Amino acid sequence: MEFEAVIGLEVHLQLQTKSKIFCGASADFGASPNEFIDPLTLGLPGSLPVLNRRVAEFAVMLGLAMNCEIRQFNRFARKHYFYPDLPKGYQISQFDEPICERGHITVHFGDAVRTIGIKRIHMEEDAGKNIHDTRTHSSLVDLNRAGVPLLEIVSEPDIRSPSEASAYLKSVRQIARFLEISDGNMDEGSLRCDANISLRPVGQLKFGTRTEIKNINSFKFVERALEYEIVRQMAVLKSGKEVAQETLLFDSAQGVTRAMRSKEESADYRYFPDPDLPPLVINESWIEEIREKLPKLPEQRLKEFCEVYGLSTYDAAILTAERACADYFEAVFKVCNNAKSACNWVTSELFGALNKQSVDIKETPVSAQHLGELIKLVEGETISGKMAKSVFEEMFATSKSPGEIVEAKGLQQVTDDGAILAIVRQVFEQNKSQATEFIGGNDRLHSFFVGQTMKLSKGSANPKKVNELITAELSRLRAEAQK
Amino acid sequence: MTHPSQLGIGDLRTALDGKKTSSVEVTTALLETINAGKKYNAFIEVSNEQALSQAKAADERFARGERAPLLGIPIAIKDNILAVGTKTTCASKILGNFLSPYDATVTKKLRASGAVIIGKTNMDEFAMGSSNETSTYGSVKNPWDLDRVPGGSSGGSAAATLAGLVPGALGTDTGGSVRQPASLCGIYGLKPTYGRVSRYGVVAFASSLDQVGTFARSAADLASLTEVISGHDALDSTSVAKAAPAYSSALTKGVKGLRVGVPKEYFIKGLDPEVEKAVLTAIRKIEDLGATAVPVSLPHTEHSLAVYYVLAPAEASSNLARFDGIRYGFRIPEPKDLKDLYYRTRSEGFGKEVKRRIMVGAFVLSTGYYDAYYLRAQKVRTLIAKDFTNAFTQCDVIASPVAPTTAFKIGEKMNDPIAMYLSDVFTIPVNLAGLPSMSVPCGMDGKGLPIGLQLIAKPWDEEALFQVAGAYEAATNWHSMRPAA
Amino acid sequence: MFSSDDIKKLGKLAHLYISQEEEVELIHKLSAIIEHVDHLTSVDVSAVQPMSHVHGSTNVTRSDELTPGLSIEDLMKNVPDHSGRFIRVPLIVE
Repeated sequence: MEFEAVIGLEVHLQLQTKSKIFCGASADFGASPNEFIDPLTLGLPGSLPVLNRRVAEFAVMLGLAMNCEIRQFNRFARKHYFYPDLPKGYQISQFDEPICERGHITVHFGDAVRTIGIKRIHMEEDAGKNIHDTRTHSSLVDLNRAGVPLLEIVSEPDIRSPSEASAYLKSVRQIARFLEISDGNMDEGSLRCDANISLRPVGQLKFGTRTEIKNINSFKFVERALEYEIVRQMAVLKSGKEVAQETLLFDSAQGVTRAMRSKEESADYRYFPDPDLPPLVINESWIEEIREKLPKLPEQRLKEFCEVYGLSTYDAAILTAERACADYFEAVFKVCNNAKSACNWVTSELFGALNKQSVDIKETPVSAQHLGELIKLVEGETISGKMAKSVFEEMFATSKSPGEIVEAKGLQQVTDDGAILAIVRQVFEQNKSQATEFIGGNDRLHSFFVGQTMKLSKGSANPKKVNELITAELSRLRAEAQK
Repeated sequence: MTHPSQLGIGDLRTALDGKKTSSVEVTTALLETINAGKKYNAFIEVSNEQALSQAKAADERFARGERAPLLGIPIAIKDNILAVGTKTTCASKILGNFLSPYDATVTKKLRASGAVIIGKTNMDEFAMGSSNETSTYGSVKNPWDLDRVPGGSSGGSAAATLAGLVPGALGTDTGGSVRQPASLCGIYGLKPTYGRVSRYGVVAFASSLDQVGTFARSAADLASLTEVISGHDALDSTSVAKAAPAYSSALTKGVKGLRVGVPKEYFIKGLDPEVEKAVLTAIRKIEDLGATAVPVSLPHTEHSLAVYYVLAPAEASSNLARFDGIRYGFRIPEPKDLKDLYYRTRSEGFGKEVKRRIMVGAFVLSTGYYDAYYLRAQKVRTLIAKDFTNAFTQCDVIASPVAPTTAFKIGEKMNDPIAMYLSDVFTIPVNLAGLPSMSVPCGMDGKGLPIGLQLIAKPWDEEALFQVAGAYEAATNWHSMRPAA
Repeated sequence: MFSSDDIKKLGKLAHLYISQEEEVELIHKLSAIIEHVDHLTSVDVSAVQPMSHVHGSTNVTRSDELTPGLSIEDLMKNVPDHSGRFIRVPLIVE
């Protein structure tokens, strides 16, 4: 009997607002412990929540980008449990009235294209952080993160493999970054993922018992955890036993999943609508307002890059992986009007240099304008392609324009036939024995003479011309020799 | 000059503005009165030094030419309202050492108006009670009879105002906790429309029912104090941006043409005949002054107590989940582990009545019971509110008793929660509907204990309440009666 | 009628230790309260919406701006136990 994996993912996205979801304390990170605190963050008696409008906007933006229905009448609910990083003893979330529902996104992985359903998206507040110190047998609580806005995105169980799962996650991240609502950084915790997985015989409609793997913090680990779990569940089923419904943690060091030690039966969160927060009514005109301001989404830009710029899917995918890259490419294109060149230069030279120095494209020392200009110089044969690469290096180091650099260093390519011929003849003069051999019939010395000419011209001679003129000079000298 | 303990807010204002006295003088005198009045146990914390420095600052502001309604006048606030420089204990062990880190909005407003916050008054623990007998700091005594309760949960504020320890005080009213003690003490008490006064910095009991209320010994004083604390607050999402008119101007409007609704469901078995008589007499008096009484019906009244005893404990159990000894308040020494820290802190920190309500609240919100209890109660609540909306198409204010009896003896109802809960049977529906309501002194029973008249108005129509209270006060003397010294 | 198990479960939800004595009292008192409340089932609520905000407020929001908060000293004023800037509790065991 063949089994298939049925996977659903729950993603928590930390939103990049200035302030927290229900109060004006900073939502920033990286500060010293308990710096961004105020009465609500500390759960002080008498504190009250007030909704940050931006969070609702971001939620609608994400919902529209994921083709969801936007709920008109929204309420917040209190979800009760006791934990040191949850200052009020309840989390303000949404329960049976989530702001977005019934959507889907398209996920590309390899050559395949899959549509993954989005069950719901809802707004909620984040909890603080606990650090465990076994030495002193205590836990240390930092509430900076308590109250930071989150969007929880729950997919339908439409995912069928671990690699599909990580492709889905990457798509979610990409959309969030394109919308500029979150930086979707798994290392820093601004994107977190819980995975639900069960196995069932191929062809069966009924779901098998699923396990939940919590807080996996990298794309790679998501794949590994799911791969491990598939094997584990398979073994259980093959041995005739039943898979236990449990919550697991992924031990990335050992590469295994482990049951969490919490003994409690499933928690009773006692959800009820938060009486401190009046309902949020989202009308059509607000949704339209937001829809109009939506930036182009990755899927759409990918399509455009293929259709409008004639790029391959592969190249288009690289350029549209990040909105900043796609924008950069288009800015370069605007200047030089050559998509293929722009693509090559951006993906190999620019990305190469940025990666080497660990610089983000947003901080690129080479502006799109300048790169476009550089490409034009090459196209216009003012400088050779090879020269351009060293000009680019200079541009990267100094942020100067290519024109400036070429001017200052006198690097304009020499294209004048007379000038080049003069250098060619000089090379022939200076290399008498090779010249004799060359004229004598050793055609393999052609590249030697090209090289020497380029060297003598300090790289500024147009290689094509050099080639042509050496060929012409060779013919002339051979003809002379025969007289 | 008359001793400040005999002067109301208005009279003190006149004396201060007329430079007959200073805030320091007034505050010193009242601190002495408070000290001499320890037998009432009305205060949990008296801010001796701070009050005098606030008074000094008020005098300086006055000297610079500033004028404000409460400038230099001592006011007490219930100990569930945060004020920097004081502790806020809610009369509970679990907050016994809690230093207020920020001011409630109402505290800010009092300070802006120049009031001297003289201390924090005693109350039922976490505002859960109708007799002020559940306080960790001991019961408050009714100045009319020290063996009797002042009412609750704002018993301290009521007793302090009645006994002249302060000319006015703030309380909170969730099911009657301002009106009922006002009635049992024979003074004025107002619960504003839900959303009229900010709840920011007021320790939450039942979020959808709580409002800060005011106590005073005259209708004019009540109006001044209420004006100062009213107004929209961006920090409280449930507060509403409705312009608050000057209530004082309604005091002299008179009641000609006003229709007073008399709800038949409020005149029931269990209502003390003397209370009934006094209330009906008061309604007739208001008619004499030019109003017309009309019978009205509030058919879902009988369900109010049940609705309240589902919703209030539910919201309370949620609001009290934050008390765990981790970030503030009482923490048991040497917890065995984290679980012990939570369980023992909460078990030792909360009193019996509070724990009981937390358990009821947990029950009605729990899976399997939510629909039958909480959700259903919220629906019946809509019906109760609708009853009032309908009634207000036929009348302008509704008049009823405040409490079914006068002040009962300390200890009398403590063993029977249902009997205790019944003390709020007339006040609770008002909180469920979010309406403004006032308790007006309207009589005395055979034992010399005060009786209060409850006036209820449409949302945002506190003016109608002051209109009736002003007219009634001008024609009667109940509000001037005081216990023998 | 509440059972001993019911009381124990509620105690867990509320994080309260309930002694034997308290359990007996609670069974009695909670049962009385719930009995009193049960008559709500007689009300016809088929056409009624549950109340959200008593005066129908909606869309109360704030703009995404920072407002002054509290200082670490404010936290330390009341925190029962701390280690440096952290709030300290007994070790959380997962």
